[in-house]
Amino acid sequence: MTVDVVIVDYGAGNLRSVARAVAHAGVEALVTADPRAVEAARAVVMPGVGAAADTMANLRAAGLVEPVREYIASGRPFLGVCMGLQALFDVSEEGGEHACLGVVPGRVVRFPQGLTVPHMGWNTVKLRRPHPVFEGVAQGSYFYFVHSYYPRPADDGTVAGETEYGGARFASVVARGNLVATQFHPEKSGADGLRVYANFVRLALVQGTLEPAALAAPLGS
Amino acid sequence: MLTRRVIPCFDVANGRVVKGVSFVALRDAGDPVELAAQYDRDGADELVFLDITASSEGRASVYDMIARTADQVFIPLTVGGGVRSVQDMRQMLAVGADKVSVNTAAVEQPELVNEGAYRFGSQCIVVAIDAKRTVPRADGAARWEVYLHGGRTPTGFDAIAWAREAVARGAGELLVTSMDTDGHQDGYDLDLLCAVRAAVDVPIVASGGAGTPQHLVDALVEGGSDAVLAASIFHFGTYTIGSIKEYLAAHGVPVRPVRGADA
Repeated sequence: MTVDVVIVDYGAGNLRSVARAVAHAGVEALVTADPRAVEAARAVVMPGVGAAADTMANLRAAGLVEPVREYIASGRPFLGVCMGLQALFDVSEEGGEHACLGVVPGRVVRFPQGLTVPHMGWNTVKLRRPHPVFEGVAQGSYFYFVHSYYPRPADDGTVAGETEYGGARFASVVARGNLVATQFHPEKSGADGLRVYANFVRLALVQGTLEPAALAAPLGS
Repeated sequence: MLTRRVIPCFDVANGRVVKGVSFVALRDAGDPVELAAQYDRDGADELVFLDITASSEGRASVYDMIARTADQVFIPLTVGGGVRSVQDMRQMLAVGADKVSVNTAAVEQPELVNEGAYRFGSQCIVVAIDAKRTVPRADGAARWEVYLHGGRTPTGFDAIAWAREAVARGAGELLVTSMDTDGHQDGYDLDLLCAVRAAVDVPIVASGGAGTPQHLVDALVEGGSDAVLAASIFHFGTYTIGSIKEYLAAHGVPVRPVRGADA
């Protein structure tokens, strides 16, 4: 069967890396800014680097804000990466106060003064609970991070993984049903990162056989 | 805990790795893709490609080389050398580089740093600084001067002041090379690293002078660097990345274990 994996192209970088990682999992992803492709997709990856304000401006300009929100509400598999995680929250404090997608309650805030920023390099992720996308990934595995802001979810239940930096923990994996988002870059995290993409693609394959009505259930919370 | 990065650096020309590499197992030691994959398996945390190609035809082969490498190696890639415009940066990032490193062009047209950071994000703009010791200040404190064109051209600029300015303009990382220690395999310039560390709060990659694993420990612990870049120490096969990481770990430096070693 075909799985239509869409990588949302809103003018941010590293799309090609993400496409390569999905290709490594055996699926050719469609890299597009077309809202209709998002609406029709069976799996969506939203990557991203850069600033929150630009990200939201680009999503708005491409007419992607509502399609992405509706896609996520439908309960189909969604993977957000880095800025693609931060954009899910209510508000980002990057360069002021910017409203984001509001799909996950909470704020995105800057690391405190005195720390080396960006938080750049390989750090460990402590998984709080099992998730299909992290199947086969050992507790405490290393992933590649590069970011200056981090998410502070309002609902602790959305935190699926945590990472320590500068003596404090932050949410490095956020999950709710088939929505998963990572602050790190799995496409730059070697074998463990490729496993995350492979698991995500497999999730899409499995979920793709279900009816949309059945998919909506896990997201009901 | 955030680990310190160990980063091998390759000189490339016309899409081929050109400087002494001694992985005997490789079919083609000049093939960047094969080398990158080998270093990835060996536990490298990132890879830096320094393009020393002169001709413009050669430049095209570098883009192709980055694309082919990024197709197969899923760790961060930094590309530097000859990046002179936002268009150059865009093209490098588009084919698969995660960061671009600017050196001479950043000094000659510092707005390039601002513009690159604005367009692509600070996280992918690395400013490389080649610094050489110069006359100390009146109070005896060491000073370093910025050099351009691979260390051939003095600028009269103070390296620490330039480090501060580069970060203020949006550099997300500094690659600090000591012209005094580079190539000597006698240790990094720790005074330089400490001075830059005290001046900025972005990650610092130490470069120039690695000859033994202890030199890397010194740069990371005493010099306060976040990452160490080295060429000869790896390419001549004296040490593997794995053996160096073991040494670092044994000396209290947090490193990402080499896959397989910890499994």
